[in-house]
Amino acid sequence: MTQSKKILIADDEPNIVISLEFLMKREGFQVSVAGDGEEAIAKIRSESPDLVLLDVMMPKKSGFDVCQEVKGDPALSATRILMLTAKGRDTEMAKGLALGADAYMTKPFSTKDLVDQVKQLLGSDA
Amino acid sequence: MLSSSVIVGASFAYLVVLFGVALYGDRRADAGRSLIANPWVYALSLAVYCTAWTYYGSVGRAATTGLGFLPVYLGPTLVMGVSWLVLLKMVRISKAYRITSIADFIASRYGKSRLLASMVTLFAVIGIVPYIALQLKAVSSEYGLLTGAHPGTSGDWYRDTALYMALVLAAFTMIFGTRHLDATERHEGMVAAIAFESIVKLVAFLAVGVVVTYFIFDGWEDLFVRAAIAPDLAPLLSLDMAGSKADWFALTVLSALAFLMLPRQFQIAVVENVDERHLKRATWLFPLYLLLINIFVLPIALGGMLRFPADVIDPDSFVLTLPLAEGYSTLTLLAFIGGLSAATSMVIVETIALSTMVCNDLVMPLLLSSQRFRRWAPHDLTGLLLLIRRGAIVVILLLGYLYFRLAGQAYALVSIGLISFAAVVQFAPALLGGMYWRGATRNGAVAGLTAGFCVWLYTLLLPSFAKSGWLPMTFVDSGMFGIELLMPERLFGFGDVNATTHALFWSMLANIGAFVTVSLWRPPTAVEAGQASVFVDILKREPRGAARFWRGQAKIDDLLALLARFLGAERVRTNFLAYAHSQGVEQIEDLEADGHLVHFAETLLAGAIGSVSARVMIASVVQEETLGLEEVMNILDEASQVRAYSRELEEKSQALQAATEDLRAANERLKELDRVKDDFMSSVTHELRTPLTSIRAFSEMLLDDPKIDLAERKRFLGIIVEETERLTRLVNQVLDLAKIESGHAQWHETDVDLIELINHVATTAGQLVRNRQAELTLELPVSVPVLRVDRDRLIQVLTNLIGNAARFVPDEGGVVRVVLSESEVGVRVDVCDNGPGIPQEVQSEIFEKFRQASGSGGKPTGTGLGLPISRQIVEQFGGRLWVTSRPGEGAVFSFELPRKLAVSTGESDAQG
Amino acid sequence: MRKALARQRLIACTLFAALVFNAPLLWLFDASVAVFGVPLVFLSMFGIWAAVIAVLAWIVESGFR
Repeated sequence: MTQSKKILIADDEPNIVISLEFLMKREGFQVSVAGDGEEAIAKIRSESPDLVLLDVMMPKKSGFDVCQEVKGDPALSATRILMLTAKGRDTEMAKGLALGADAYMTKPFSTKDLVDQVKQLLGSDA
Repeated sequence: MLSSSVIVGASFAYLVVLFGVALYGDRRADAGRSLIANPWVYALSLAVYCTAWTYYGSVGRAATTGLGFLPVYLGPTLVMGVSWLVLLKMVRISKAYRITSIADFIASRYGKSRLLASMVTLFAVIGIVPYIALQLKAVSSEYGLLTGAHPGTSGDWYRDTALYMALVLAAFTMIFGTRHLDATERHEGMVAAIAFESIVKLVAFLAVGVVVTYFIFDGWEDLFVRAAIAPDLAPLLSLDMAGSKADWFALTVLSALAFLMLPRQFQIAVVENVDERHLKRATWLFPLYLLLINIFVLPIALGGMLRFPADVIDPDSFVLTLPLAEGYSTLTLLAFIGGLSAATSMVIVETIALSTMVCNDLVMPLLLSSQRFRRWAPHDLTGLLLLIRRGAIVVILLLGYLYFRLAGQAYALVSIGLISFAAVVQFAPALLGGMYWRGATRNGAVAGLTAGFCVWLYTLLLPSFAKSGWLPMTFVDSGMFGIELLMPERLFGFGDVNATTHALFWSMLANIGAFVTVSLWRPPTAVEAGQASVFVDILKREPRGAARFWRGQAKIDDLLALLARFLGAERVRTNFLAYAHSQGVEQIEDLEADGHLVHFAETLLAGAIGSVSARVMIASVVQEETLGLEEVMNILDEASQVRAYSRELEEKSQALQAATEDLRAANERLKELDRVKDDFMSSVTHELRTPLTSIRAFSEMLLDDPKIDLAERKRFLGIIVEETERLTRLVNQVLDLAKIESGHAQWHETDVDLIELINHVATTAGQLVRNRQAELTLELPVSVPVLRVDRDRLIQVLTNLIGNAARFVPDEGGVVRVVLSESEVGVRVDVCDNGPGIPQEVQSEIFEKFRQASGSGGKPTGTGLGLPISRQIVEQFGGRLWVTSRPGEGAVFSFELPRKLAVSTGESDAQG
Repeated sequence: MRKALARQRLIACTLFAALVFNAPLLWLFDASVAVFGVPLVFLSMFGIWAAVIAVLAWIVESGFR
């Protein structure tokens, strides 16, 4: 069903990238990885993933900036964005959602919840 | 003699000019560039106080009393000195409640009493109409004097100049006094004309004075010396003829009060005041005007008496006859115009003031309370209102003319100046008392006015009628019913003063006595108490406080419809819209019909038809609850408590201000600290959550999925262990930093040889370097001073610096050098790497908490706390830690420990 | 502060004028003395009046805001 969906993982923490990559691949998604904000933007443009797992605190360009840029670009705005942050403040969450993120999860997250959330986001699109 | 055509022509030309000035003033007002919004114009217009009675009469009085004419002008000078105390309050009250006449003012103060309004109006008309007649007489008799015609009393009425003058003035007053119905009852054109007239009469009088003093006579000295040797003139040069000291004092008081109470003065000083700041300049400018117009009075009087044989020429006309007799015909004409201007300005303003009172306080309340009128009245009442106003003007002027025809040269007319003063002064207790005394009641005011007016009638007006031959003199000479104690000018045998002083004393005694006694008889009613507080506290409270005393229900539509009847629909909508905007509402319909709105509507209406009628009309369209006295008192108590409290606060606030400044600064510092703490907490949270995320994710995956192959399992478990170590390190370092920063850290100081210590660290931390396939080299001198420091802390610093360097060296050919040397300060350690270097702009940042530069090793082993901790440690020892780096050439982290830590040389080979 | 001061000055000045313009002070000038031919009482009357006006002007124009 969701076999062909592409997911971009944007995070600067290698171990988190590894875990996310493993998780997503296990669910049968195609996965690509970006280590900072600029790379994330570039890959969103070049690979047009269906969903981005976007970390907020990244070098070069923050997750907020990336989100804003993506949602502000009509060509990319269909891209689902699931924001992840290790800063658990309400204001951060409100900011992320205000910028157009489709969902928001705080780290550490339950892998099951994350997978459910990803499926839900992609499912509603299908 | 001057030909009548010249005089009539000049007078007519003057009136045309006056008309032009008034028209220009109105045009400017309509264009929004007010001509009279100017303190000079205000002060000049106040000089409407100087009437023909001043212009001609002062010289006449000076001819018989010497300086005895002066108190009439000293009184107003004194009032202006404290104008901010009295006039300012009157202006504030009148502006806030759109009070347009003195009757309105008094009635409004005592609960918008209809009885008081009509009483004051009636008394004012009785007191002032003869005064208007006096102005007409002055102009007409001086005209007759110049042309040789016999004025006034005899001859056909249609040939009487006074009648035509009255009619012309009525026309002028109607045009500029009732041009439109203004809710503020302001007449800019008229005021401009009055100010202009003030200039004309002053210039004319000064011109006559200068010519008499310097041309007809040979200066002041000549005049006074010649008068001093003339036996009948010499007493005029002293105060001998000026009347008794009591008379002088009484006249000062009388004129001071009359200056405030005369309807024309109220009109100009209060109603027509555009800006209360104008009072400031008028405080000295108006007294200056009075001084100037009086300075030549005595010289002209002396000049006339020296020039003419005794009792041939009336001294009242010296202003004209002196220049005429000496052949200065142009000056004579100018002097006549000056007198004309003095008379016309008084008549115009007085008539406007009286007609407003008659219309708003006498006719309108009568009409509005009549059932028949309510049935027959047209819907739009603006026309009717103007008609009544204009009718009142004509009637008042014709009454004045009639009185002049009847009284003619009679005593009753000649002496009317002071009689008028004494009449209007009867308003003073009710008005001034009401402004400063909360306990004054309506009944008190009615009683005082009635008593004062009756005494005035009996002691001043009736005797003047008797002296004119209209009443038998017997009652003056032997008292009413032949009772001597009731002799009107020697009441109860008090007769050492002149008639005016006598009347002033008894009338004020009766007036104030009745006013105070009756006021104290009963407590004020709720309405009176409310109005009293509004008037007395006007300088302390915002004017709209009156709305606090209103409770009830109103509909905006009803109010709009009612006001439109009197003011015209368009004007009402404009005013309401402005009010709506001031309340922050867009539409009139959105306004809340509360007490404030009802009060606003009533005030607006009061401007057009007087506060008494406005009250009646508003009450007819809204449902009101009557407040009990207790409720009003409660509201007032609350207000006064609030006031007392605020005064207290004001005093305290000054003392507190300095403290507040300090507190604010301290608060700023605390906020800054809070912000730093917040940032720190947020960073710690982030640093804790990041490894936790990996640990949880991998643990869950391992738990959920037993089919993961062994290699993956090992790798995942490795990551979990690694992240756990990272967490442990972070927790330790956060605690460590907190301990150091709070000063709770324990320092175990021992003698440390840095050479030995660096060798030790090289073996332990060297592993970090070797893990990165890099080389660690040491450059150590033979010996350095032994320092007394905490060995473990120093190892922590060195390990951290070497660990950092290891993270940044290139993957191949990485070199970390540790250099120990002695410097000027003490002992120095450099840890050098050949990594990418650190850009200048982030060099200071890296010592801040959680600001780690990203390493090239890929793995985020740093916590972002190592450098801040190291710096804290080095600084604890009194040394410093810094970085020097150029991008591309690696970085050098250095620290120096001061020489003072060195153990004395003898023990330098101590333990390691 | 300045306004309150100006007000007190105005009251004082007015009280002074009221005293000087009345008995008994004014009658002190009522001597048959002439200065340059002008009677003392006339000169002092207008002189004091002018001085009072000058003081009033100075108070309101300088301190009353």
